[in-house]
Amino acid sequence: MSDLLDRPPAPGPAAGAQSRAAWKGSIVAELAEVVSHQAVNVEYRHLVVRCSAEAASARPGQFFQLLCPHPPGEQPFLRRPMSLYGADPEKRHVAFLYKVTGAGTRGLDTLRPGDRLDIMGPLGVGFTLDPNWRSIVAVGRGAGLATLAPLAQAAKRNGTHVTALFSARRPELLVSVDLFHAHGADVIAVTDSESTSGPANVERILRRLIQDGQSDAFFTCGSSRLMRVQQRLAKEFAIPGQVAMEQQMACGVGLCYCCVRDFNIDGEIVSRRVCWDGPVFDLMEALP
Amino acid sequence: MIRPSAPDLSVRIGELSLRNPVMPASGTFAEGLERVMDFNRLGAFVTKTITRELRTGNPLPRVVERPGSLINAIGIPSKGVPHFVAKTMPHYAPYDTPLIVSISAPTAEGFASLAAELSIPGIAGIEANISCPNIEEDGKAFAMRTESTAAVTRQLRAATRLPLWVKLTPNTGDMPEIARAAEGEGADAVVVANTFLSMAIDLRTFRPCLGNIMGGLSGPAIKPIVLRHVYQCSRAVRIPVVGCGGISTAEDAVEYMLAGASAVQVGTATFLQPAAMTTIIEGLKTFCLQRDVPRVADLIGGVVIEEADEPDIAWLSAAP
Repeated sequence: MSDLLDRPPAPGPAAGAQSRAAWKGSIVAELAEVVSHQAVNVEYRHLVVRCSAEAASARPGQFFQLLCPHPPGEQPFLRRPMSLYGADPEKRHVAFLYKVTGAGTRGLDTLRPGDRLDIMGPLGVGFTLDPNWRSIVAVGRGAGLATLAPLAQAAKRNGTHVTALFSARRPELLVSVDLFHAHGADVIAVTDSESTSGPANVERILRRLIQDGQSDAFFTCGSSRLMRVQQRLAKEFAIPGQVAMEQQMACGVGLCYCCVRDFNIDGEIVSRRVCWDGPVFDLMEALP
Repeated sequence: MIRPSAPDLSVRIGELSLRNPVMPASGTFAEGLERVMDFNRLGAFVTKTITRELRTGNPLPRVVERPGSLINAIGIPSKGVPHFVAKTMPHYAPYDTPLIVSISAPTAEGFASLAAELSIPGIAGIEANISCPNIEEDGKAFAMRTESTAAVTRQLRAATRLPLWVKLTPNTGDMPEIARAAEGEGADAVVVANTFLSMAIDLRTFRPCLGNIMGGLSGPAIKPIVLRHVYQCSRAVRIPVVGCGGISTAEDAVEYMLAGASAVQVGTATFLQPAAMTTIIEGLKTFCLQRDVPRVADLIGGVVIEEADEPDIAWLSAAP
């Protein structure tokens, strides 16, 4: 399976059995120091932490499990999965972009620079970029944009052009447009308030991009409605694609089977763990 | 100064000798943890429960958190025996750590045939998860009653010569009696205990938080209750008791051993700190060194119970 291709080399069982001293973990839980923490708009926060080299080697589409501080009056128990928004191996930084929605993110919101946050990762299978792709299209809605942001950065390094199609409820809730611009991406915004975010309009925009030769591959996160539009077009034009899926998680490392989803693998319905087999999956195998 | 020698962490569960008393609780362990810890440091492996039939598991959501605890209703997804033997077992083969296979079946006969089929080289012991519903008894778990516990243990014992551990449920009236029933029919150890049947309701939707409506409570919140069960069960039987319930630190493990556990299983703690088991093993070593305990096995059942003095009731008559 893609495990072997996409994962950092895992210590094989033989290595583990032969030499105890040689064993080294590739998933690290550590206390990272908050470098900066800012409100991006009324809903979103941008959190940057200083961490180990292992954590800072996280790749686009991977995620971390955060042990959130307890906000007043609440006791979030489990870690919270959070997709990578950016990683800087030189500074040893990782960044997260999150929306304050529940006990865990309300806890995160209490963090100040200098505070410590227990982060575990990098986890899961991330996006794959084919060096032959000249131009790709990333479609995201809501928090899905955060997941796609590091992809734009990697695409730039790969010499691949990115067209980002962003969907949000209102224009002022669009996040990370500047970041995508900084990575040389073109950004097309559609919103509910301007009645431009419907599937018909999105399909019209995507068809035009395909016609213009701007879409060697599709990437998406954050909306199953938009994913279905891309699946239809991917099939029609034989365009490869990847989707980052979301699901409630507990362990984050494939132990508990709480985050399973069904996938269509060559016509057969197969259950997969989003945390371990994903969170990035083949676009055509994903079911809404 | 003379350096104190490293404490002996090994324990015995019947005929099985473990390098230390720390192992995973079934359902919270898989090959992926190899990226987090050195598998050669664990006392034993305990697999997710496997069944003969293919099971997809319960509808989502499968977990919900509550303060200090987790409720799960995963539903034992299982790919069956051939998949386990061909795909899962080889992964553990290179390690020098005993592999305990957790099994479940809807009937006593089903348990026995599964145990027989799994009595093969590479498997060091069977943990029978008899906390699951018994279709021959209106869905009640085998371990809720002494009769069904005795019946299923008897059939299991006849089916395998491997060390047989029986995992009990706390969702019953008299765990020591159930433990005695398992011992009486030849179990080599009892595991105390599985999760507590529980429930949570979403106040926005008025719907149960779990797809399965009810689930099993685990985590630090249940530790004092299971500790009491271990204390009572270990006094009721001669076979070893393996403690399981809310253990997340070495101190928790010591407490369990003092209450009477010969070994401990760590489950939910691994979801919060993936290296919890190896951290606990290190902590046990430190505890033994600091407290001058040469062998961790010396802690088993070491709780000091002093006879209380008769209550002084003189003050009653002293009242005006």
